[in-house]
Amino acid sequence: MSGKKPPFPLLKDGKRHDGRGPMDLRPIQMKVGILHNADGSAWVKMGRTEVIAAAYGPREPPMKAMILPDRAVIRFRYHMAPFSTDERKSPAPSRREIELSKVIREALEATILTHLFPRTVIDVFAEVIQADGGTRTAAITAASLALADAGIPMKGLIAGVAVGKVEGQLVLDIDQVEDEYGEADMPVAAIVGLRKIVLLQLNGVLKPDEFLKALSMAWEGLKRIYELERSVLGSKYKGV
Amino acid sequence: MSITPFNIPIVPKLKKETIYSLARKGSRIDKRKLDQFREIKITLGAAGKAHGSALVELGHTKVLAGVKIEPGRPFSDMPDQGVLNVSAEFLPIASSEFEPGPPDENAIEVARVVDRALRESQAIDLGKLAIIPGEKVWVVWVDINVLDHDGNLFDASMLAAMAALLDAKIPQHEILEDGSVRIIGPPIEPLPVKKRVVSVTIGALGNVFLVDPSLEEEAVLDTRIMFSFDEEGNLVGMQKTGAGWLDWDKVAIAFNIARNKYTVPLRALQGAFKS
Repeated sequence: MSGKKPPFPLLKDGKRHDGRGPMDLRPIQMKVGILHNADGSAWVKMGRTEVIAAAYGPREPPMKAMILPDRAVIRFRYHMAPFSTDERKSPAPSRREIELSKVIREALEATILTHLFPRTVIDVFAEVIQADGGTRTAAITAASLALADAGIPMKGLIAGVAVGKVEGQLVLDIDQVEDEYGEADMPVAAIVGLRKIVLLQLNGVLKPDEFLKALSMAWEGLKRIYELERSVLGSKYKGV
Repeated sequence: MSITPFNIPIVPKLKKETIYSLARKGSRIDKRKLDQFREIKITLGAAGKAHGSALVELGHTKVLAGVKIEPGRPFSDMPDQGVLNVSAEFLPIASSEFEPGPPDENAIEVARVVDRALRESQAIDLGKLAIIPGEKVWVVWVDINVLDHDGNLFDASMLAAMAALLDAKIPQHEILEDGSVRIIGPPIEPLPVKKRVVSVTIGALGNVFLVDPSLEEEAVLDTRIMFSFDEEGNLVGMQKTGAGWLDWDKVAIAFNIARNKYTVPLRALQGAFKS
């Protein structure tokens, strides 16, 4: 959304620059239980975007002041590795990372059954290993999987995906090039099983009818990601 | 790292029930209709040394935005474009819950949401802000200061920033031989503003939606969603904010309410510049 001209056509004969159709997701891979120490962990790869998340808790809060008498406190950090981007990113938290940590933490608040664990803290950390667009939505998907892997009770699994607009057309699951040169980026995350939106942002311009269409496109993508999440978690427990 | 707020005052259950039962009957604790904004007052030029400024009052919420326009270097990938910078500070004078210090995640969120709406709608014609392309451009600093917090800082901040930008003028200047820029007089030339952008925040509470939630209401809401619009009613930004969820099928309802109401802050903005 820089307003710059793309170096190559983003849309040609109905195909996107990487050969996908407007409703195609990037190839997705997911794994859970990939870290030894964390109570729960997950790895999510969407195209070239790659995120690792870990969940710890419920556990003793590090500070007394942090205690809530009726529920658990949630801490979440979205963080990008310095080598995850084209140009090295400083490891210090950027304003963007601070904002994304907040909106994702708020999304997690909606699904975690915090009232079951008063006076504790539940920590979830997402580390972006490779950033190629859609890192916040991959991070929230990974966070949700890590929580499920840790056995922390939730109202439902969260899936995330972004709908974008390139050369006037709405497309699902945009990558970095489509984000950079496109006209809009609308990240959405939902508790799919309950049809509840937990994260919704828009960076860019959409006409009212485009917004409503983008929402329904996001839903189609979220359903597919949700099914993958379920099968990854299911196959973990089938092996036990 | 973002942490669940643990120092916020506990809202009595009774209050939540009162607000909700009133809302289901189409009414609010301050007697407003569900889709009614509080009174909006815009005072231009509220900060004398700023190149543009506006004090916005939204009920008891007060936000002062100031614009400073200074020569600076462009971004290397946008050599002939001016630079827009938006910051927000939730000053400790505004609420007993605000601590002095650098902006926290809430202030950063407001600043970034306002920044994105202005940037993506191309409200400011940054292409007209080059002084020496590739070398010197105007850097537009928008600083949002929250003075009094009675809820809905998003819409008040958006409106204050937009009004301050419309009020802003570029300093009189000359370009010296060494390429430096000297300010030679008071600002005269208006900042090239192409679009007027305003926002409408909707609070979700059970099955009802409240436009422009007050602080009392914010404390009991399930969640909030902010929509930004340009003058033609295109959506130029959106942010769900606050813990909690929103029914998937009700997002369109919230959007329609917002789109029916964006003309309210827009008219307030137009009114401020007519007189």
